[in-house]
Amino acid sequence: MSDNAVKTVSATKPRRRKKVTHEWYGYLFILPFFLVYLGFQVYPLINTFRWSLLNYVDRYGNVTITFNGLKGFADVLGITAGEKAYFFKYLLNTVIMWIGGFIPQIIISLLIAAWLTNTIVKVRGQGAIKILTYMPNIITAASISVLFASLFAQYGPVTALLKKMGVIAQDYNFLDSIAGTRGLISFILFWMWYGNTTLLLIAGMLGINPSLYEAASIDGANGGQRFFRVTLPLLKPILLFTLVTSAVGGLQMYDIPSLFNVVGSSYVGNPADSTTTVTMYIMRLYNSKNYGKASVVSVLLFIVTLIVSLILFKVMGNSDKTKKKRARA
Amino acid sequence: MAKLKSGVDKGYHAKILVQRTAKEIVCIILCLMSLIPFIILFMNATRTSEAIKAGLSFIPGGNLAENWKNFMAKQNGMEINVFKAMLNSLIISVPSTICTVYFSTLTAYGIFVYDFKLKKFAWSFILAVMIIPNTIAAIGFYQFMNQIGLTDSYLALIIPSIASPATVFFMKQYMESVFSKELVEAARIDGSGEFRTFNTIAIPLMKPAIATQAIFAFVASWNNLFMPSLIISSESKQTLPLFIRMLQSDQFKTDYGVVYIGLTIAILPIFVVYFILARNIVAGVQMGGVKE
Repeated sequence: MSDNAVKTVSATKPRRRKKVTHEWYGYLFILPFFLVYLGFQVYPLINTFRWSLLNYVDRYGNVTITFNGLKGFADVLGITAGEKAYFFKYLLNTVIMWIGGFIPQIIISLLIAAWLTNTIVKVRGQGAIKILTYMPNIITAASISVLFASLFAQYGPVTALLKKMGVIAQDYNFLDSIAGTRGLISFILFWMWYGNTTLLLIAGMLGINPSLYEAASIDGANGGQRFFRVTLPLLKPILLFTLVTSAVGGLQMYDIPSLFNVVGSSYVGNPADSTTTVTMYIMRLYNSKNYGKASVVSVLLFIVTLIVSLILFKVMGNSDKTKKKRARA
Repeated sequence: MAKLKSGVDKGYHAKILVQRTAKEIVCIILCLMSLIPFIILFMNATRTSEAIKAGLSFIPGGNLAENWKNFMAKQNGMEINVFKAMLNSLIISVPSTICTVYFSTLTAYGIFVYDFKLKKFAWSFILAVMIIPNTIAAIGFYQFMNQIGLTDSYLALIIPSIASPATVFFMKQYMESVFSKELVEAARIDGSGEFRTFNTIAIPLMKPAIATQAIFAFVASWNNLFMPSLIISSESKQTLPLFIRMLQSDQFKTDYGVVYIGLTIAILPIFVVYFILARNIVAGVQMGGVKE
């Protein structure tokens, strides 16, 4: 009977079946991506969630794994008596250093992008400016961190110069000062990323219909008004995109603070634990084989990142609308 | 009247000239800001530790050979040195880059060319996970690698590069502008198999996008510190960023000249390659901006 059924199907729809066979290849083409993504990203993520509920104790090679429930979360968030709210402390460190880098980054990028796209006052050497300001972005962050740390060390050359010039006191040490260390890390982040943001903003500004500027000029708008009333509103999707990707990246901040002012591989950001980031905390717990707690922190970081990403989705939805508006104009 | 007009013109031109000069000065300062740390680095690599401590100088010293000798001597007895670390990084970065661009193009092609049931779902999934950073699943990833015996193995760092959602996104956007399904139809009529069509027609048409994404994939892998510090445990397998971390240890830190020459050797290759490819890289970043 089943043979019969097969026969009827193949007899009645031979042409259609032949046409459909190609579309099947789609699954083959996307298979490697999805196999690897599920195996190496999704499964580890689920595994991390599972580990966040477990307690891993390694006593001289005797490993015991026990169910811990939500106690790990209570510990890290400082709800358990006697535990410090390290997660919030390190999240705050991370956010402070990120904001310190992002605000100058977005201001300088907007300014330079506006200058380089201005057709009335034509700045020369645009190619060189783009190439040089983008350059720090491509150099290994680890080496940049070590470089700046040695330049601004207590007996480092820049510190010596600033002392000679009388900018800082003779006994000042950047690496002893919370504001000094955080400020330098923020500066490195700004210095590495503003060139990248400038290029994105230039691309966005070049995409704005020039007739809008003409119309604004005819209506008597000056340069400042054109920037704030035409450029900025139309740039909003790209600005928000930059903001959210930078925030998501900033939350995972690791390379620069983990090499800047730490002793050995302790993952404690000196001075006074003030530059330890959330990801450094994960690595510290991981290194002491505290896999349960490390997973707890990862899950919390995931939740924070997810909230920020959801904002991105809203932004991307809005950006389509603005693009249409732009095209219509 | 004519006089007045030319006067206004002159004033207007002068104003623009002043504005241009002011803007150019700021831009020059920013360019110097990008360059100076590297110039200091390269100069300090040629100076003695004492001279470096004494202050800044943009004149090279005569201690390059000595610093080099000291740097090499400090690496004696270690299972790793700067050149081996570079080689290790290459062994990871080159296959990672090839995997990223090839499989991302393949995935984008699969979604662009074929109409299958889960096509919409697959694309939404890729968009949704694009932003999720891999640091978050690190602990689960390590445990999984432990289960399948891939800790301290480069495979654990190479295989995940097959699935790179952001690159797939970029490739599909680019494909929409240079590729059409009619090409696939025409190839079918000529008797070309599906994978052959992809390899011989789609890949050559995608070359500009592949080149751009290859540069970024390579740089990301070459510069990665987090994943190797999680996976790699033996000293002899250390990558360049892990080696750079060691320059922070007391073993090297005590001699400034040694730290600077170590950093110089670590940075110089990517610094030189950047300036050779700079135009393409800058264009690539801007291309990404338009697409996004």
